[in-house]
Amino acid sequence: MINSLFLINPSGEMFLEKHWKSVVSRSVCDYFLEAKEKALEPEDVPPVIHTPHHYLISIYRDKLFFLSVIQTEVPPLFVIEFLHRVAEMIQDYFGECSETVVKDHMVMVYELLEEMLDNGFPLATESNVLKEMIRPPTILRSVVNTLTGTSNVGDTLLTGQLSTIPWRRAGVRYTNNEAYFDVVEEIDAILDQSGTTVFAEIQGVVEACVKLSGMPDLTLSFMNPRLLDDVSFHPCVRYKLWESERVLSFIPPDGNFTLMTYHVNAQNLVAIPVYVKQSISFFECGSDGRLDVTVGPKQTMGKTVEGVMVTVHLPKTILSINLTATQGSYTYDNGTKLLVWDIGKLNPQKLPNLRGSLSLQAGAPKPEENPSLNIDLKIQQLAISGLKVNRLDMFGEKYKPFKGVKYITKAGKFQVRT
Amino acid sequence: MLSMSTNNLSYSDQGGTDSAVEVGQETTPTSSNAGAGFGLFSVDFKKNEDLKEMLESNKESLKLEAMKRVVGLIAKGKNASELFPAVVKNVASKNIELKKLVYVYLVRYAEEQQDLALLSISTFQRALKDPNQLIRASALRVLSSIRVPIIVPIMMLAIKEAASDMSPYVRKTSAHAIQKLYSLDQDQKELLIEVIEKLLKDKSTLVAGSVVMAFEEVCPDRIDLIHKNYRKLCNLLVDVEEWGQVVIISMLTRYARTQFTSPWKEDGVFDEHNERAFYESDEEKTRDETEAKPYMMDPDHRLLLRNTKPLLQSRNTAVVMSVAQLYWHLAPKNEVSIVTKSLVRLLRSHREVQYIVLQNIATMSIQRKGMFEPYMKSFYVRSTDATHIKSLKLEILTSLANEANISTILREFQTYVKSQDKQFAAGTIQAIGRCATNISEVTDTCLNGLVLLLSNRDETVVAESVVVIRKLLQIQPTQHSDIIKHMAKLFDNITVPMARASILWLMGEYCERVPKIAPDVLRKMAKSFTSEEDIVKLQIVNLAAKLYLTNSKQTKLLTQYILNLGKYDQNYDIRDRTRFIRQLIVPNDKNGALSKYAHRILLAPKPAPVLESAYKDRDRYQLGTLSHTINTKASGYLELSDWPAVAPDQSVRNVEVIEPEWAPSLGKTGKSKPAKSSDDKFYSDSGEEEEEEEKGSGSSSSEDGSSSSSSSEESGSDAESHVQKNSSQSSEESDKSSSQSEKSSSESDSEKKERKTKTPLQKKTVKPTAKDGYHTIMEHIFNEESWTYVTKNQHTKTIFVNVINQHSVLQTFSYSHWSTLCVSLFTQLCPLSLAFPLQLSGPAFVPEKSHDLLHRMTGKGLSAQYQFPRQPCLYQPTMVSVQISLTNTTDHPLEQIHIGDRSPTGLNIHCFNTIECLEPEASVTVFIGIDFNDSTQAANFQLCTKEDHFSVSIQPAIGELLLPITMTELDFRKLLGMNESSATITMAAENMTSQPISRPVATVANLGMVPSSQDNVHRFAGKTASSGAVVLVTVELRESSTALITINTEKSVMGSMLLRDLKLALAQT
Repeated sequence: MINSLFLINPSGEMFLEKHWKSVVSRSVCDYFLEAKEKALEPEDVPPVIHTPHHYLISIYRDKLFFLSVIQTEVPPLFVIEFLHRVAEMIQDYFGECSETVVKDHMVMVYELLEEMLDNGFPLATESNVLKEMIRPPTILRSVVNTLTGTSNVGDTLLTGQLSTIPWRRAGVRYTNNEAYFDVVEEIDAILDQSGTTVFAEIQGVVEACVKLSGMPDLTLSFMNPRLLDDVSFHPCVRYKLWESERVLSFIPPDGNFTLMTYHVNAQNLVAIPVYVKQSISFFECGSDGRLDVTVGPKQTMGKTVEGVMVTVHLPKTILSINLTATQGSYTYDNGTKLLVWDIGKLNPQKLPNLRGSLSLQAGAPKPEENPSLNIDLKIQQLAISGLKVNRLDMFGEKYKPFKGVKYITKAGKFQVRT
Repeated sequence: MLSMSTNNLSYSDQGGTDSAVEVGQETTPTSSNAGAGFGLFSVDFKKNEDLKEMLESNKESLKLEAMKRVVGLIAKGKNASELFPAVVKNVASKNIELKKLVYVYLVRYAEEQQDLALLSISTFQRALKDPNQLIRASALRVLSSIRVPIIVPIMMLAIKEAASDMSPYVRKTSAHAIQKLYSLDQDQKELLIEVIEKLLKDKSTLVAGSVVMAFEEVCPDRIDLIHKNYRKLCNLLVDVEEWGQVVIISMLTRYARTQFTSPWKEDGVFDEHNERAFYESDEEKTRDETEAKPYMMDPDHRLLLRNTKPLLQSRNTAVVMSVAQLYWHLAPKNEVSIVTKSLVRLLRSHREVQYIVLQNIATMSIQRKGMFEPYMKSFYVRSTDATHIKSLKLEILTSLANEANISTILREFQTYVKSQDKQFAAGTIQAIGRCATNISEVTDTCLNGLVLLLSNRDETVVAESVVVIRKLLQIQPTQHSDIIKHMAKLFDNITVPMARASILWLMGEYCERVPKIAPDVLRKMAKSFTSEEDIVKLQIVNLAAKLYLTNSKQTKLLTQYILNLGKYDQNYDIRDRTRFIRQLIVPNDKNGALSKYAHRILLAPKPAPVLESAYKDRDRYQLGTLSHTINTKASGYLELSDWPAVAPDQSVRNVEVIEPEWAPSLGKTGKSKPAKSSDDKFYSDSGEEEEEEEKGSGSSSSEDGSSSSSSSEESGSDAESHVQKNSSQSSEESDKSSSQSEKSSSESDSEKKERKTKTPLQKKTVKPTAKDGYHTIMEHIFNEESWTYVTKNQHTKTIFVNVINQHSVLQTFSYSHWSTLCVSLFTQLCPLSLAFPLQLSGPAFVPEKSHDLLHRMTGKGLSAQYQFPRQPCLYQPTMVSVQISLTNTTDHPLEQIHIGDRSPTGLNIHCFNTIECLEPEASVTVFIGIDFNDSTQAANFQLCTKEDHFSVSIQPAIGELLLPITMTELDFRKLLGMNESSATITMAAENMTSQPISRPVATVANLGMVPSSQDNVHRFAGKTASSGAVVLVTVELRESSTALITINTEKSVMGSMLLRDLKLALAQT
């Protein structure tokens, strides 16, 4: 299956390599580097590259390329999914996934990779299990070890792999037992010039942070589970019970995890929380144009819209811009032609507006397409689909946990065409 | 590696001795690693000397530090091989972290330093025998990763041993090792296949994925190994870890295509143009067949589809994709669309995932538009998408276009054409062209739109439009002379060679429609001929030739001029073409024959190009594979075979129990019916076996009231066989159930007496006592698909009937007799995947305590109490049997008492038969079986009478979910590597003897005693009813009246709950 892994930074340096079978020379990466040169953006590098003797499957994530070398037929998604797990694991262990972090923890990353695959086949990919084998570094732990003279080598055996619930480690103890659930919904939408919705849908995810002692068995139910059209679960969720009773019954992993993702029934009309009035025009004769954008609240269910941000990729022929914002501030990078207008909270009384002039390079033709606007926003305490958690029950343990649910709506891929 | 064993070593720890150093390390790990890295570069040799010294020092901390730096070097891809001798010395180190790093090093360099690597082998061989399963596993893992051919025999031996290890984790590792050994030495194939065959039989979900992977790698063609395991794999699938699921599903897809007949013939509704050529060839034949016999899906085929469906909800995209491809390749056409939603969901995932999924959707959407049409909008392009994603989405949208949605799609395309990404815009124009050819209604609209694009400022867009227009015009050239004129006008401004060539070709092809313009264009071209691209030059020559033929008056001179230019062109293609054209069109003496046909050759009607998807032929590869993605056969790709015309024998998948050799049947047992004879056979010799087991376990039971009769019962095997036969026959005849205990008890009493005297009268007396109800239940259970012990059906049935005969008698006395019988049965039935002796034993103690199920006040006079008789359940081994006593406290008879609705709905209860009538003041005892699924969640159900129903609930104590087992102390110790939870408690000193310990433990939990060699250590063993997970309890009495309770089990939830209960119970004593 997976033969080798190379971590490559954007400038093409291979700073970590791991082989699970015979060693593959790094020169195999040349094919990849060639493809990378050809691509305009790092995102455009084809994920699967076919070389005479190997197949290279790569992902680009957090400004790093994870390149795996394959020798025989294997489902490409299998490899891609695994590479993303590697990135998530690094993120999980060290707080972020970046070149510096990997270089700082080289030996540990290497050991983790050793545990994750055996002969190229995934062995332990659950974060809870890995953490049992190789403990993440914390300052606290090193201090404790110094003071008490003990080591990190625990006195119990690793069990996760062997129990029927491989995602949860045993012997969890907390003084405060708490379980928090965040229902996060994202609106994906495309609006056209006139503000009509071309396409809109709601995708949601239930993120959990469960810190409960022992082996709790949780049941989470919704007030209106019928809203959910398509769902996918963390392996801990008992699918049969969902099928029959529409409740989520599970023994949770310890710590943070994604319990489920869902898609809201397409028949329900999607409420679009903001409207955008925009006009971007370039004059045919002169070498400049005008930009005028106003953002206002639309269907917000009485909540405040926060964290509003408008991002525009201006055409390459723009020379400079001169804009004024009535609220918030804007930044413009002339190199990438990226205009970001950070508005903040929306005030329905005084609508934020950004207007001004754009000047084009002399002699450049008028851009024929106006750039589209990407909107970012956040609404606290609201799940835009109306989904509500009904209750959370716990079995198997005697204590009373502290429970909490938080709702939040965000803009996903929210694009306004102009 | 090793760290898993005794676990987690974090960054730096080697005990307290060097803690100060450690802290320093931990806070500045960068410097040490980076230092090593730089060091190697700059003062290479010296630095390694330094490492060597550190490795050879006596201080653990120095060694560890050195190893970390060495591994750092390996990670960076630097060479550290010369340190091998220094490193290998540390392989037997006690420090686990150090050892682990040494292993990492060994695996990396052993191949290069084979001789030295051999020094380490003995360490691993020793570790392979370690009592801790994790150490065994990691030793095997490293041993098999050392790619040194000399140790192949050692590896082979280790793999064989590990494959029958008790720990599923070790067996999993052995499955991985198989692949490693195979890649090292292919000659071992046959031996390895034997191991694979053995491991395929394994019932652990942990092993399943890995062994199938090994199967795929070593012997993917040995499909015969799968037959017997097919159903098991299907049933286990949901619980296998996600990576294993992918592998198993893809293997089962291939398997199913060889074993089942095509489900695609019957449902003509979805018969689009999706039938492939090979079907058409035998269309006739199959139709005849199907008319004669309608298609029936093989239940095993259905089983696979049913069991993979839930996995569409997996969070792992690879699993979802593999289920999708399974449905695509195996499901009836009208069921395939259930995968659509899940595939569309994957489009929300990472870019790379999108890329693969879109590719597969592209292939699917060509054959089955209907599947993805409702989700068309999910394929709308966003300006932020990566280029390859954009073009795939475009591809899919084009495939989805039909008369109904074309206007929406075209509107969407209009936006794309304006995109700043010009390559994408060009792709859109091609897509518009495809839509125009596919859907004749919009051809004109598209053409007009494309003509408008000709005035676009961007060259690529214009060029692409010209090319597409050219193709479209070719399809319907009649009324489009104005478009050609328009293009001629634009010609001067177009610089892209392909577009210029296209326009010239159009001019030439349709020169008769634009008689005035064409010669003018040729004139211009003659001027610029030398500066044009080759492809344009060729078309100029073509145009000239065509005009010469149609309009020689105006163009004769021009043509000659151009031909002369072409004659001396630098490109030989153009020189060749010129020469050819000249010979063809200019009449001369030599080749008059050919030039006669020049007109027909050059101006022959050309077939219109077919605009089709690049994904048209991709479906020759299995979806979701690497080969499909790269559109060439990847090495190791396994072809999906076509459906067989006639299904191979289905019975190969029936699982049989490996039966002991039955002795030839005795005397009168040789009957004609095979079923009967199997009955007889069974009793003719295995009766003895039964008896022995029974005696053994019977002695452990506390009460002896009926054990005498139990042994006597088995004495006469000849007579016995008669009884069994008759009882089973009689029970088939009638179907009323009789549960009046008094009646049957008296009868079976008499039966027993008679049996002792061994009179032929037995037959008569037995007949009425056979409880038909139970019998049918048994049949029902055994007929269930999932029940694997089909072949035992016949004789087990007879035992059951036998048991049931006894049943009612026993109720009135004690349970010990019945229990011993059940136990012996149970041991036989119990599926044990290992050669490990998990003997079920009788309960050590049965608490008398009964609980209220239904109070007579709430039950309107019906009262019910339940208790756990601690017997293995008859109905299904995974159930816990519960005894319910029902009493009628009213003054009128209660009718039709039965169990109604239950919740959770999935709850598996084996109900008692409806009690037709319960007289006033009478009570009846019934047994039910509940599959608690190893959880203490209450089983809620309704107890119904004719008029009322009452909701009741049974909440089992954790200890009741267990069944006692016996094992030797040695086995007990070996198994201790499981999940462990322990606690220390304080006990009163006078209770520190053996007796008071075993009693409270047995009260709390249904566990069996394990003999112990130490006085102060008491061991108990049991297994969970539902999953059969072993539960081991150790109570170690210590000084100052404390005791350490340790529970080892895979089921950590149960472990912790049981621990709590035990703590409570023992502290009380």
